[in-house]
Amino acid sequence: MYDIVIIGAGVIGCAIAYELAKYQLDVLVLEKESDVCSGTSKANSGIVHAGYDAKPATLKAKFNVDGAKRIPILSELLAFDYKNCGSLVLNFSEEGKETIQKLYEQGIQNGVEGLKILSKEEVLSMEPNVSDHVVSALYAPSAGIVCPFGMTIAFAENAADNGVKFIFDTPVETIEKKENGFLINGIYASKMIINAAGVKADFIHSLLEEPRFKIQARKGEYILLDHSASHLCSHTLFQLPSEYGKGVLITQTVHENLLVGPTAQDIDDKEGIDTTTDGLEQIQEKAKITIKDIPFSQTITSFAGLRARGNTGDFVIEESMDNWIDVACIESPGLTSAPSIASYVKEIVVDHFDPSLKEPYIARRKGFVNTKTLSDSQWNDLIQKDPRYGKIVCRCESISEGQIVDACSRSIPARSVDGIKRRVRAGMGRCQGGFCLPKVMEILVKQYGLDWKDVHKSNPESGYIIQKIKEGMKDDGT
Amino acid sequence: MEHKQLLIIGGGPAGLAAAIEAKKNGVDDLLILERDACLGGILNQCIHNGFGLHTFHEELTGPEYAKRYIDQVNEHSIPYRLNTMVLSIDDQKNVRFISEQGIEVIQAQAIILAMGCRERPRGALNIPGFRGAGIYSAGTAQKLVNLDGFLPGKDVVILGSGDIGLIMARRMTLEGAKVHAVAEIMPYSSGLKRNIVQCLEDYHIPLFLEHTIVKILGKDRVEGVVLAKVDQDRKPILGTEKEYACDTILFSCGLIPENELSAQAKLEMDPITKGAIVSDSLQTSVDGIFACGNVLHVHDLVDFVSQEASLAGKKAAEYVLGDLKKSQDFVSIEPKGKTRYVIPSKIDLKNGKEDVVVRFRVGSVIQDGAIQVYIDGKKIVRFPRRIMAPGEMETITLKREWLSSNPSSIWIESE
Repeated sequence: MYDIVIIGAGVIGCAIAYELAKYQLDVLVLEKESDVCSGTSKANSGIVHAGYDAKPATLKAKFNVDGAKRIPILSELLAFDYKNCGSLVLNFSEEGKETIQKLYEQGIQNGVEGLKILSKEEVLSMEPNVSDHVVSALYAPSAGIVCPFGMTIAFAENAADNGVKFIFDTPVETIEKKENGFLINGIYASKMIINAAGVKADFIHSLLEEPRFKIQARKGEYILLDHSASHLCSHTLFQLPSEYGKGVLITQTVHENLLVGPTAQDIDDKEGIDTTTDGLEQIQEKAKITIKDIPFSQTITSFAGLRARGNTGDFVIEESMDNWIDVACIESPGLTSAPSIASYVKEIVVDHFDPSLKEPYIARRKGFVNTKTLSDSQWNDLIQKDPRYGKIVCRCESISEGQIVDACSRSIPARSVDGIKRRVRAGMGRCQGGFCLPKVMEILVKQYGLDWKDVHKSNPESGYIIQKIKEGMKDDGT
Repeated sequence: MEHKQLLIIGGGPAGLAAAIEAKKNGVDDLLILERDACLGGILNQCIHNGFGLHTFHEELTGPEYAKRYIDQVNEHSIPYRLNTMVLSIDDQKNVRFISEQGIEVIQAQAIILAMGCRERPRGALNIPGFRGAGIYSAGTAQKLVNLDGFLPGKDVVILGSGDIGLIMARRMTLEGAKVHAVAEIMPYSSGLKRNIVQCLEDYHIPLFLEHTIVKILGKDRVEGVVLAKVDQDRKPILGTEKEYACDTILFSCGLIPENELSAQAKLEMDPITKGAIVSDSLQTSVDGIFACGNVLHVHDLVDFVSQEASLAGKKAAEYVLGDLKKSQDFVSIEPKGKTRYVIPSKIDLKNGKEDVVVRFRVGSVIQDGAIQVYIDGKKIVRFPRRIMAPGEMETITLKREWLSSNPSSIWIESE
């Protein structure tokens, strides 16, 4: 019997696991996919929002502003990539000035520090590539960018380092209410359930009773450009919502790519993470308003993610049934809010269980080696200890075999090609795995003693290899 | 810091030929840096034949062709390092590279860039749909089949009619897969005519010109693909969509020279070829840095890569030995008409001695046309061509004596 089962290993589930791992509690995270960070958490803007967007006195406002303060500290402690780059909401019309003012005031009310309204000249001196149609902007120096995979994996690894159990490839199909808790899939007994199931949190809740909230999947498509385009802007550039719609953002990522998106399209299929002709065109059209000449010829990939848009207008974080906590409708600014939401959920749990603090507790996590930030002598030290750090597998991102093997050797190990890509960026560069895919597959084969047919892109349905060549062929060639 | 007379970056066909020629011309202190585990580059996975017709007058496979050069490298005792990748080059010709021995820096008197090219991936083409397993660049599939010995799928659709895609259509068919269609967005194939015949027509594989993929189906593994016809602006025409069930999609939509190092060395680049701008000695805008092979511009035939690389090797040797004088006296060669680019794009009038081999591509198919050379506005020569196509590189030779008047302009016009 577990004390707590968390359903969903996205950023919310993993952040909660991280918080609960500080206590003497038996915690299990159940995930339907084969890795953490496989749903909404893997495909979003990666922005640490400052917190002026949310209506005052909402959970979104509260957790956003607090989360934005926690992430820089956590990024040190848990070693994930974060950069405080600041953001600009760009206004391209006279009428927009009023909205900028409102956003500014809303930000002040929400407790956002350092907000400033900038003139056209000030904007252009900070971001010379911005279209000279810009009229004014709201500058939020506290905004930043974070690696969504990096942050989620960091939470999960630290939680696992401190004893939280993760079980993958396990969709929750049944939940029974028992006398002293719940029974999930007829196997996993738990005193308490935390529902962090992302776009499917309403479905999970409905396994027991109809929830008060409904979740609409809202697709957001993105285009990612090569490093060579990242110099185009240094702050995250939002567009002020206008007659042209909500607008798209342009930002550097923490790994110095340029990210443009997202679109916003409500869809019925909660697995519908395909990109669309219209979506990709829309992004390119809308982005032109911010920066005229974006070199879309340097696109390296495009992708889509689903936001969990709730019908209540706010996050739903509550003990909706006895010993059942919903953490649902976590759309933007969900990534930013995750650490703060997790801390809030922890308080509810602590009230219930009154647990002792865990001892010994591992507070820090050793991050993945990032060769981009290593000096040559540090890199040489690594190679001396393990020559595989000198054997480059992914040439575009200069990722070595040593880094890939490390990603497979952690408390939440990478077990798939995507798992490796999200942890250490092999295959994340301009050739998109064209050269390194077979080599990464070979390392997985070696590392886990797999047959090549059992190497997956992500989950067990996503194998690469059908058979050996000539397999099943007789000696006479038939 | 360690010094070398000549560093060759890349041990594929270009790097090998360049190194051999440099050595033959008197450079002894040279080194080839190769990132893969063996010399030969992409030839190692090209197990089909058709290589070497121009150079050796026989049909070799890729590995056989590579071996002829690797043997010469060994005969000449040219040193090379494997599993060694160059991380950076600066304009002082400091080359920083990594291997299992660690990170090292060598200051080179001359450098030959021979890094080859990469395939344009699906992501760079903005092809919409899911991103499951089963989507490969044609060359990646080629490696899986030919070097690793695995079949990535049984029902295949190929986008792009580049040569690797055509070769893989045949290869997958021979391995028991069914290739349902090859779609090409342009009205003509970007591959060699002989590959269209030998790899598609001989196997009854349909080629759909002016078609593209409008959707990839299958969240985890490819389940199908939707093709549509495109209009003159290469936009899909509504109502022409047709779905094909398949488990694999190969992309053969162009090759891109791997010039990230060249950018670090601050070489002047040609926006059309995506390679360096070079003179008739294949020297780039930085003194002592030469470029050849697919990193300079993408070739169709390895024979021409070897020829070009030999010249780079010879000229680099002249540079190292002080025989290649610095010159300001260049005349540029301009592409005119349907000529898209020319390599080299300038000729040294003062120091150059040899005839100049000019390679280029045309931008669209030309029937019963000609290549005409204008020097100072005057037509000097006309090479008639029954057919020219973007998929086939053109080569002409400019006689040195045509340049004796120290011209101020040269145009290469294809019409």
